[in-house]
Amino acid sequence: MNPANYLYLAALLFTVGAAGVLLRRNAIVVFMCVELMLNATNLAFVTFARMHGNYDGQVIAFFTMVVAAAEVVVGLSIIIAIFRSRRTASVDDANLMKW
Amino acid sequence: MSSGLQLAADAADKVPAPSIEYGKLSPMLIVFGIAVAGVLVEAFVPRKARYVTHLVVALGGMAAAFGAVLALIPGVKDSGGEIAAVGAVAVDGPTLFLQGTLLLLGIVSVLLMAERKLEPGGDAFAPQAAAAPGSAQEKEAAAAGLRQTEVYPLAMFALGGMLLFPAANDLLTLFVALEVMSLPLYLLCGLARRRRLLSQEAALKYFLLGAFSSAFFLFGVALLYGYSGSVRLDRIAVATGGAMDNDALLLIGLAMVAVGLLFKVGAVPFHSWTPDVYQGAPTPITGFMASATKVAAFGALLRFFYVALPGMKWDWRPMMTGVAIVTMVVGAVIAITQTDVKRMLAYSSIAHAGFILTGMIAANEAGASSTLFYLVAYGFVTLGAFAVVTLVRDAGGEATHLSRWAGLGRRSPLVAGVFAVFLLAFAGIPLTSGFSGKFAVFQAAADGGAGSLVIVGVLCSAIAAFFYVRVIVLMFFSEPRADGPTVVVPSVMTTAAIALGVTVTVVLGIVPQPVLDLADKAALFVH
Repeated sequence: MNPANYLYLAALLFTVGAAGVLLRRNAIVVFMCVELMLNATNLAFVTFARMHGNYDGQVIAFFTMVVAAAEVVVGLSIIIAIFRSRRTASVDDANLMKW
Repeated sequence: MSSGLQLAADAADKVPAPSIEYGKLSPMLIVFGIAVAGVLVEAFVPRKARYVTHLVVALGGMAAAFGAVLALIPGVKDSGGEIAAVGAVAVDGPTLFLQGTLLLLGIVSVLLMAERKLEPGGDAFAPQAAAAPGSAQEKEAAAAGLRQTEVYPLAMFALGGMLLFPAANDLLTLFVALEVMSLPLYLLCGLARRRRLLSQEAALKYFLLGAFSSAFFLFGVALLYGYSGSVRLDRIAVATGGAMDNDALLLIGLAMVAVGLLFKVGAVPFHSWTPDVYQGAPTPITGFMASATKVAAFGALLRFFYVALPGMKWDWRPMMTGVAIVTMVVGAVIAITQTDVKRMLAYSSIAHAGFILTGMIAANEAGASSTLFYLVAYGFVTLGAFAVVTLVRDAGGEATHLSRWAGLGRRSPLVAGVFAVFLLAFAGIPLTSGFSGKFAVFQAAADGGAGSLVIVGVLCSAIAAFFYVRVIVLMFFSEPRADGPTVVVPSVMTTAAIALGVTVTVVLGIVPQPVLDLADKAALFVH
């Protein structure tokens, strides 16, 4: 199979994730969409590694996973702190500051 | 004999261990070391002794790292810069210049964070960040006199990431540095003692938008890797020189990496987080973010465009010119309508991001050196201005609404005078560092053939001067309000931070030449 197809899939997943970030209202779901974007990036890295015949892309995918895990720790703690004080995780309700 | 062959065969199977130049990486290693030590202090040192221990570790470590930077300068002067850690880190003039700046800004920021005389309940940070605002648990924590000391290791991790950010010589290191720098900052933003809902909202907005932008950054890295087969900046530069037919990968990748970096510097249209986060975060953290993050991110931006994409100058310059113009105009115009000091300073920082971009777009050596100079000037002014904001207080904490500042110059002429100096420097009035910086970047841009940018820049400086001067007029030429805020006398730490800010601002305004020369010598990137 042509490896370029995996790139199209990666771009599609990235777009789905980006659209989700912009459209969804729940902070957790927004965050999951960001994770989807990172996973799409991983797919692109691995595919490019295969196309170029070197391992850089595969190694970078591991780095991405570790960074994404660290981001989850920080992100969920912030979202939970917000949820405890407001009883909601909707990003529309975080509107005390405007302009 | 046969065993010798066997050994050789074994050796061939193994991956050779990379050689790491620990000495060249020492500033970063020291800062990460004290960050880890800070975590251990948090775990093992008794509560009473923690604050002092943290301060000694953090300040001593940053001073040591600054010494390490100074020790590296002669070597870089001789060699013109070297690539360390198997191509991951470039130790050259811009790296050392920015690392030295960042460490000084870090020291001043930690002094501001450690201030404990302003807030009756303790410092600027929530006693227990996990307790919900207004809950019984929070009241208990406050009554027990708990103090947040985790801010010091968090700030050190962030600073370590910032030191690595302008030094990163491949896009993977750049990405890791970006995250190491950002993740602690997301948390620090949510730790304010007063107005905790605003603070948490700031953390949420910063985190979600920051994660979104770093995903764009990473996808851009993937595309550039796909284009060139490597993430090293110099190899990408070589690949752009060849006749590849996959220009779409290169151009989209370039744009997406630029999105991630421009988000960090707060350039329009990726600026929307800046005012909210600057307003909501605890003020010492705002000062740290506004100064140090911007220095680090502009360093990375410079290296990315100057080292990886010099051959693509005619493709990225129009894009960045557009961004710079919009950034200057939006920052200056929206700042006029602001009624909150911190938000006004946030929009002013956006406008300044535009001015700094002007220097970067010059894409010549003067562009790099003027940008470096501007970053030093801007960093100290910003930290000083936010330090003054922490002093003007009323019963509800900091009085950040601009109307509350009316007549401040009559009540406390010294504090208002100092703030006026910082505002004049922001506005770029001669004899302040702001003027020297603006002059340098506009001159570089004019020489680099970006005359249109200079015109927009000067016009925007004039617009910006209006709202800076308006605050000065408000402070000095209106009647003080009877229920107005008071200026609290800080401890020696904040005083030292503000004094340093004023000194740098005035000295760089009157005798900028030594630092300009230093920036000139430091402006050569190693390839």
